Amino acid sequence: MPTCGHGLLSFPHAPEVTAIYLYPTLILYGFRKHATYVWAALAGAFTNSVFGILRAYVLIALWQARPHLGGYDVVDAVTFCFVTQAMIGPMQLFGGGLGIPERIRSGDIALDLVRPASLQAWTLAEDLGRAAYLLVVRGLPPTLLGALLFGLTHPDGPDRWALFGLSFLLGVVVSFAWRYLVALSVCWLIDERGVATVSMILMTFFSGLALPLTIFPGWLGELARSLPFAAMVQVPIDVYLGKGDGLAFQVLWAAVLLALGAAGTRLVRHKVVIQGG
Amino acid sequence: MVRSYVLLAWTWTRAATAYPVSFALMTVFGLVVAGMDLAVILIIFANTTSLGGFGREEVLFLYGTASLAFTLADLLFSNLDRVSQHIRAGSLDTVLIRPVSAWIQLATDRFFPARIGRVLQAAAVLWYAVAALELERLWMVPLMVVCGLVIFAALWTFAGALQFVLTDAPEVVNAFTYGSGAYVQHPLSIYGKELVRATTFVLPLAFVNWLPGLYVLGRRDPLGLPSWAGLLAPAAALILLALSGLAWRQGIRHYRSTGS
Repeated sequence: MPTCGHGLLSFPHAPEVTAIYLYPTLILYGFRKHATYVWAALAGAFTNSVFGILRAYVLIALWQARPHLGGYDVVDAVTFCFVTQAMIGPMQLFGGGLGIPERIRSGDIALDLVRPASLQAWTLAEDLGRAAYLLVVRGLPPTLLGALLFGLTHPDGPDRWALFGLSFLLGVVVSFAWRYLVALSVCWLIDERGVATVSMILMTFFSGLALPLTIFPGWLGELARSLPFAAMVQVPIDVYLGKGDGLAFQVLWAAVLLALGAAGTRLVRHKVVIQGG
Repeated sequence: MVRSYVLLAWTWTRAATAYPVSFALMTVFGLVVAGMDLAVILIIFANTTSLGGFGREEVLFLYGTASLAFTLADLLFSNLDRVSQHIRAGSLDTVLIRPVSAWIQLATDRFFPARIGRVLQAAAVLWYAVAALELERLWMVPLMVVCGLVIFAALWTFAGALQFVLTDAPEVVNAFTYGSGAYVQHPLSIYGKELVRATTFVLPLAFVNWLPGLYVLGRRDPLGLPSWAGLLAPAAALILLALSGLAWRQGIRHYRSTGS
């Protein structure tokens, strides 16, 4: 029997890998897959840091004109800026990162669908590995640089840190659930660039990455704060700053989007069967 | 030189317009994506009347001139930052053999005319700002855009030249090209003094729209440079272009083919 994987994660008894080990193994594989591209990740961290500095100055200027705007002080606003820059990588805020569209176009998705494991759970596990890797390589540098240059605040006490960790994880799950839906849409649309662009706008603008959603005016603000994108950036950063606990909101959107994704997976399975003849 | 550029760009334009619906959609999407930067400015001014000492129309004027120059450079020259991809794929050898300047070939490689959507968005904002401000030194505005275009063209040439060295991490140059584009979108008075000094005297980004913009708006420079400093923009742009040309030649010389 050939071994499955190499080195650190080799399984001499691959057939006996049970469901209990499957998903943790996939998380590790997702981590390792992305760890191959160290330089690309570090270059991304560098770009995120540079843009973080630029955004920070804009926010400082705004908060100098309007202290306590949106319930934040200047330090909160600068912290908001760098911690959200750090989220770009792990939350995959520019979209993509799943590899499903390529597999749908090449037909490899048929192989994924016959596996005795849910495509959605499988992809989620790999994506959690990706997020964990990018949290370290693309998340820490902008945050440390921001702390060094401007001085940032941090959650007070281990309880708040734990709550932030949980909220961050929920944010990644909501982000995954959304990107999974976007990826499945390729099955019906030949060219996914249009959907990808719309998704990118929604994930960067309505998540709180462009500006805190708390300063969006009127109905636009209310709309933005109730969409699932708020669960990816605005809610975790508010937990970090101690300005709110929107974990229930995150759980709700995660459940809704994951359920839609599960329904979508069933539809894709039918479609593939029809096309496969 | 211009003729080869136009010919190559036209070839890619014909390829891109072979699917007219897709082309139209990509143009519109480009316009909408660029609209996000505008939306950020508008939301900021929904909360305040002044940013860094400038009102909404003045900020939109600075944004419009910077964005128009940047998006034009992005349309015309941004493909230069894919040098490392050509090096890794081995296609740079083919480029160097052909009897056309490598710079022209790489600038036009995969020329993507749908980027015109972003240019149109920037032009519309500038149009609005100019109309709202009733400027006296209006003649300076086209000159500002041309100087900005030359400065960004030089930056993309530097980015291409750097990639002869940075083959493994080509994304690093994005921080310089796209970062510079984002940097000049806002009044430079919001940034730290050292940063503004560095981007005036070392990397002359302040000449894209800030110093000439102050001259057009009739505003005093917060760092105390005289108002005619804005008129030095063409000189700054040409010096930077010459330096980037030298860097590019150095990059081409540095290149060693794998020979396979």
